[in-house]
Amino acid sequence: MRENIIKAEELTKVFNGLRAVDRVTFSVREGEIFGFLGPNGAGKTTTINMLTTVLKPTSGRAEVCGYDVVKEPEKVRRSVGVVPQEYTADEDLTGYENVMLCADLYGLPREEAKRRALELLSLVQLEPFKDKRVETYSGGMRRRLELACGLINRPRVLFLDEPTLGLDVQTRASIWEHIRSLRERFGMTIFLTTHYLEEADFLCDRIAIIDHGRIVEEGSPSELKDSLGGDLLTLECEGNGVEEVLRAVEGVKEVRREGREYRVKVSRGETVAPLLLGMLADRGITVRRLSLTKPTLNEVYLERTGRSLRDQEEDRDGILRQRVTLWRARR
Amino acid sequence: MQGFLALTRRELKKWYKEPLLLLITVLQPLIWLVLLGKAMNLRAVFGEGVPPELANQLMLRSFGTTDYFSFMATGMVSMTCLFTTMFTGFSIVWDRRLGFLNKVLSTPVSRASIIFSKILYATLRSSFQVLIILGAAFALGLRTGPGFHPVYLLGVMLVTLLLCVTFSSFFLVLALRSTRWERPMAMVNLLVMPLMFASNLFFPTQLMPGWLRAVASINPLSYTNDAVRQLTIYRLNTGALLKDLAYLGLFALAISSLSVCLARRYLSG
Repeated sequence: MRENIIKAEELTKVFNGLRAVDRVTFSVREGEIFGFLGPNGAGKTTTINMLTTVLKPTSGRAEVCGYDVVKEPEKVRRSVGVVPQEYTADEDLTGYENVMLCADLYGLPREEAKRRALELLSLVQLEPFKDKRVETYSGGMRRRLELACGLINRPRVLFLDEPTLGLDVQTRASIWEHIRSLRERFGMTIFLTTHYLEEADFLCDRIAIIDHGRIVEEGSPSELKDSLGGDLLTLECEGNGVEEVLRAVEGVKEVRREGREYRVKVSRGETVAPLLLGMLADRGITVRRLSLTKPTLNEVYLERTGRSLRDQEEDRDGILRQRVTLWRARR
Repeated sequence: MQGFLALTRRELKKWYKEPLLLLITVLQPLIWLVLLGKAMNLRAVFGEGVPPELANQLMLRSFGTTDYFSFMATGMVSMTCLFTTMFTGFSIVWDRRLGFLNKVLSTPVSRASIIFSKILYATLRSSFQVLIILGAAFALGLRTGPGFHPVYLLGVMLVTLLLCVTFSSFFLVLALRSTRWERPMAMVNLLVMPLMFASNLFFPTQLMPGWLRAVASINPLSYTNDAVRQLTIYRLNTGALLKDLAYLGLFALAISSLSVCLARRYLSG
């Protein structure tokens, strides 16, 4: 059993009466990639700022690497690295100078700092550009430079705030690779926030969905998807008694018929489908078409954030639509 | 300490790596010196149609020197410091907006280092400008007081240091919580001119109404100008100089401590 490297209990931050983060409780195990997923303004960055001692919590407590973020901020700062949402590198300085500046902020000895700076710059593939001013860097290069800065103190926990915000598809994929390799190479714990569902799905071992400052769902991506009721098999069959056969198969949760189509909810689509085909063939039923749809986090996300509104609002669908629109607009 | 130096180096690099910025830094005090120093010829106002002897006496009584340009040029030292340090506040707002401040706050570097790096940068930059002012003033015919010694110019640099620490701390305090630069900008606009005029920068305070003299007598600019003039164009009065230095020193200490305390409390939320 690995120990919890981040522990938050009832963590709360109130800004002028607005509860940006509202009694949030969660923990992250060592070596895990943990994701905070939620729309803009949900309280993700505020949570990171509290965990990295930039903001003081209004109430509640949190521990990072065994240190209290309010009582021992100095020790927390020494053991974590932060890659903020914005491009914070100084544009007037070169990439190398920026990394060295970060090294100095951590008080690293000169020689050690130089060695690490060069090592990290080559890790993020910025070695050829290290003596160019940052203002000449592309968005992806800047993000990689931020990553190098955040790693200079060899942190036990790395905080990434929206690591791929505003990047193109190729760059995003390369940042994902970097993040994954960090965990493999250094066994680092990574706490990231994102509003890209596929990012959370691809990278994270566990996810907490946060909305209006509260955690509405927590679990591994597959747990979250399972909670929706599993995969959807759609079959087009000819023959009688299809429904009875389908219902008898283990793993089938729900069967609905729409014309000649059967929509079957199952827990593990790829293992249930062959079973199902065999049973149908035994009964002499021909299957003309079969498709398997895996639920996406997208649906979980909308389901959960929608549910929290349902008890307050009548028009759930309207709210859902509005939320999707908003969510799209904010990307 | 290492973090403090690194942050200062960052500011300095941004400045000297930009040729235009550097050029402006050099030109600005020169323009002020030539423009204000030579445009306001108060000697002529006082001396018009009066025998030169009498004019000299009139000037000496009011300004402590017979040459208004010398009076003005020595005032430019404090004015340059004021104009350079007032940007310190904006730079912290800018750092906050760019997210740089948050990044620095998440590292173990002390909050005092963040403040003092800004102060040191403003001080170094002002000192550089003061050197140019002094050089130009001498070149344009500054009339030194009896008993002047070049070593006294080190004293001028000390006064510059004290004033810059005072003002950069002050402008940092104004901007500490701001997330927009408009507010500190408006504050600076509101304060800079009154600070200059409610002092002995352009005009001796003894000719001002009592209430204004009271304001001028607590204005650190007055003490700076007096100290600079004692060291250059007046006959040095050690007592007066020590009083100026003590006042400026205490002021600098008090306000920089205040800014560090407030930074600990307010730099993060």
